[in-house]
Amino acid sequence: MTAQAPILIIIIPLIASFLNVIIGLWRKRLCYPLVIITLGLSVILSISILNTVIIQGVIHYRLGGWEPPWGIEYVIDHLNAFILIIVSFISFTIAIYSKRNVEQEFPEKTVYFYTIYLLLVTGLLGITITGDVFNLYVFLEITSLAVYALIAIGRDKAPLASFNYLIMGTIGACFYLLGVGYLYIATGSLNMADLGRLLPDLYHSKAVLVAFAFFVVGVAIKMALFPLHVWLPDAYTYAPSTVSAFAASTMTKVGVYVMIRIMFTVFEPRFSIVMLPSTEILGWVASGAMIFGGILAIAQTDVKRMLSYILIAEVGYIVIGVSVANRMGFTGALLHILFDAFTMACLFMAAGAVMHKTGETSIHGFRRLHRRMPLTMAAFSIAALSAIGVPPFAGFFSKWYLVLGAIDAGKWIFAVLLLLSSLLIAIAFFRVIENIYFAPSDHAHNGVGQEEIVRDETPLSMLVPILTMAAGILILGFFSGKIVSAVIQFTVPGGF
Amino acid sequence: MEAISSIKPLLAVIVSLIAAFLILITGERARNLREFWTILASVVKFAIVASMVSPILEGNVLEYTVISILPGLSLQFRVDALGILFALTASFLWIITSFYSIGYMRSLNEHAQTRYFACFAIALSATMGVAFSANLFTTFIFYEIITLSTYPLVAHKETSEAIKGARRYLAYLLGTSIAFLLLAIFLTYNAAGTLDFSNQGILAGKGSNALLTVIFILFMAGIAKAAMMPLHSWLPAAMVAPTPVSALLHAVAVVKVGVFTVIRVALYIFGIDLLSRLGLGTALAYFASFTIIAASIIALRQDNLKLRLAYSTISQLSYIILGVALLTPSSMVGGIIHITNHAFSKITLFFCAGSIYCAAHKTNISQLSGIGKKMPWTMTAFFIASLSMIGVPPAGGFISKWYLALGSIEAKEIPILAVIIVSSILNAAYFLPITYKAFFEKQDDAHHEEIKEIPMVAIPLMITAIISMLIGIYPDYFLTLTKEVIRLR
Amino acid sequence: MEFIIGKFNYWVYIILMMIGFYAMIAKSNLVKKLVGMNIFQTAIILFFISIGSKKGVTIPIIQEGAGDAVNQAVNSARYMNPLPHVLMLTAIVVMVSTFGVALALIIMIFRKYKTLEEDEILESLRSGEEN
Repeated sequence: MTAQAPILIIIIPLIASFLNVIIGLWRKRLCYPLVIITLGLSVILSISILNTVIIQGVIHYRLGGWEPPWGIEYVIDHLNAFILIIVSFISFTIAIYSKRNVEQEFPEKTVYFYTIYLLLVTGLLGITITGDVFNLYVFLEITSLAVYALIAIGRDKAPLASFNYLIMGTIGACFYLLGVGYLYIATGSLNMADLGRLLPDLYHSKAVLVAFAFFVVGVAIKMALFPLHVWLPDAYTYAPSTVSAFAASTMTKVGVYVMIRIMFTVFEPRFSIVMLPSTEILGWVASGAMIFGGILAIAQTDVKRMLSYILIAEVGYIVIGVSVANRMGFTGALLHILFDAFTMACLFMAAGAVMHKTGETSIHGFRRLHRRMPLTMAAFSIAALSAIGVPPFAGFFSKWYLVLGAIDAGKWIFAVLLLLSSLLIAIAFFRVIENIYFAPSDHAHNGVGQEEIVRDETPLSMLVPILTMAAGILILGFFSGKIVSAVIQFTVPGGF
Repeated sequence: MEAISSIKPLLAVIVSLIAAFLILITGERARNLREFWTILASVVKFAIVASMVSPILEGNVLEYTVISILPGLSLQFRVDALGILFALTASFLWIITSFYSIGYMRSLNEHAQTRYFACFAIALSATMGVAFSANLFTTFIFYEIITLSTYPLVAHKETSEAIKGARRYLAYLLGTSIAFLLLAIFLTYNAAGTLDFSNQGILAGKGSNALLTVIFILFMAGIAKAAMMPLHSWLPAAMVAPTPVSALLHAVAVVKVGVFTVIRVALYIFGIDLLSRLGLGTALAYFASFTIIAASIIALRQDNLKLRLAYSTISQLSYIILGVALLTPSSMVGGIIHITNHAFSKITLFFCAGSIYCAAHKTNISQLSGIGKKMPWTMTAFFIASLSMIGVPPAGGFISKWYLALGSIEAKEIPILAVIIVSSILNAAYFLPITYKAFFEKQDDAHHEEIKEIPMVAIPLMITAIISMLIGIYPDYFLTLTKEVIRLR
Repeated sequence: MEFIIGKFNYWVYIILMMIGFYAMIAKSNLVKKLVGMNIFQTAIILFFISIGSKKGVTIPIIQEGAGDAVNQAVNSARYMNPLPHVLMLTAIVVMVSTFGVALALIIMIFRKYKTLEEDEILESLRSGEEN
């Protein structure tokens, strides 16, 4: 079982997604347990994979026994194993959360929703696990197609937002594919490790340079890196709550993962950092994302849209950690991938819970919700504080590493911008938090005094995932030292 | 000096966190049980803190590492004389404030009392955390927890005025701490490679003079909790909070955490030698002097009693900073012991303001004519505490001013001596008229409703008033602790 | 001249790609955008296929008896490289699915707004907000 874990973690959700259609035709309500069991299995598998990696080192799994570079190879080191756990755990938690949301928003589409949801998870896990650049493209498109469909289920402008996303996403994917093509011309190989061996001799080839540029731009579109983020706010605002929570917390993170793989596994750090000033450029772009995302977040009146802009800023944080190209910064980026996945999941799920209860997510609609749904709002506040980067919540610890990384690299300006952006995000979030807890009630002026607000907490199947994430945010930060020494320190590319 | 490993500092921090949890669970249904948790936690906390005093007096420090966050950077507690002095004051006053709070909140029938008591407990927990932290990293974490946990307390009334006040409170405290304090900490870590407090300071010889000066300025700007001008205006804004909050948090815990952090940074990060070499001590002293005088003058013009007390606090806090900034042994003793002195007398004054509000619903000084006859205990306590503030012997405030004056002479800073004298006169000018009005002026309107002091509110303020007097008469206990701080240097 | 003619396959793919790209970005009609997307993708397919081909070679099917028992090694210079073509089979599948999803979205959009012109849709959204 353990030996086959790398393929099982892809196959199980893939098969389950088709099984789901069949079972769904027979008994609709069996879909949900099937999804939970499937994703529960992938959590277990990913934990076992991480365990194996920690004990035995890198896993090489050859599909069908074909030798690389001819066959497709799955390579799992500490980096993928880390991302795998994040993706599978978040997908599992959000699947639990999805039940009431699906029942309320689109009960007639339950079966198809879960089918596509499983495909989406398959795609993300596949991107993470594969060691083959073309295979990665296929998984990238599986993911994207699934998410286009899921977003289109949403309300209002959702189909249009999804269409715009599709156009942008396709451009991104095609750029990636072109990058693959140019690398293939230059080397004749598609295997990442193989490419890593062959490329150093070819670094001066124009084709390789072009390939690198296409890769980075393509992936930047996929992970909504400023200024290629325009598709994101609309898409995540109008998508169903479950979908925005899942996409926001995992898709951008997996995008960053792909970028790290391309920059530091397929190409060498010295190419990405020294020969091309790509990290320098990325650093400035990411600073733009942090500041711009923060400012636009303040300008929003809808909480989900505000969260989308904050997500863009958070992507900037992660990229800046990668771009300063040193041990501290990289560690911070990976920690932030973990913490931000939890934070975004928690925030979007909480916003979804408000949507579930009140039918809207405008900031005004959050007024005095702490009386109606105290636990959900407490979780929201915790996650918000973590996103701002206030101790003792998790976000603070990853930002600590990020700023130290920027300072180590001598990039003071990035350190200052990181703090500035934290302030912007703080303003954005405290607008909401103030509304939740202290907004004067609408009826105060009639002299009625305290209006009676009945406590009306989020249903349990939604509340438990939200609280799990909040608890994670509270606790994980203190263990960041342990996480770094157990996993992250092995992921730092050589030469940092 | 010996470092003893002990879990007590962690327990002292955690006790009130557990209490906050229990308070939230108990909620509004069983009010007596909920209040019992507060009282229990405060007593237990004080007992734990008090039990740490004797090893400290023997010249040891207690250490406990909770968890390591980064290599060489951990959540770590280290209890020394300075920390225990502050913790002792804060945890003792929490017991008294708890009783006072219960009386105050119940007599006014305030809403959201569960949130109030829970946040209070968390704030105290973080105060202990700052007092006991072994490095700047730990200090910063608890510093921010205090800001966050007191924010709901400031906004407690939920009126638009309270929300505005809370917004300003948060903007100042969170904004400066993220923009300046955190940056200063990063710079320090980058320059020195560590953030551990050390008796000699850690920054000496670790950077150019210009860099060190910039770091120092960033620190001073970042610790807005110390309420030095021009970053003081959050404190008057925070006066919209219920009076017990103003009393314990905005006269003792929060602002003293700010001052305490300033002391930690000045003495344990920079060190005396470095500060005097860079001339930063003197610069800080003059800055503090400006705050002392300016805040006192503003206080003169306030009619709202709590606002006048707030400006008085701003000015008194700068005494502490002044004492440390002069960098002479006497002035440091004066400054550090003023933490305790000011705590006891200022909390008394705030308690009195709360007592007046509870019993007579008056907030302005101009309304207080003749109230001394109706509330003799309260106004007597007010008078005693005013004397301590002014620095009249034998009240406690005299001790600190005496040492401060000695220190300014030792440092040959005669202008500073003048500042101390002028500000004492100003103190008298804004405190004594209140007592005069209360006891010797006739009340203007005859149909005065019945005013009665509430025992639950009046007894605590009597206790603190008496203690603030006792510190002046028997100063040895605190002086020994304070001199322990100086001796180790 | 050699630069243009000798590499004409690349020029064709670049021109096609730019046409598609222009249509995706600049056209306001959603179907035209989609057509542009298709051209864009097809250009990439052409690019891949052309890199697999060589002059004067045959399809990569080894005939029986092409090499004797001793000389089993295949003379790769005589055959096209099949791998890019195989990759494109997969890519075509992906592209067709994308196209399908996009068409489905367009139908949804049309049902909702009764038009496929982007500016008209935005117009109707704006007037919807005013109401």
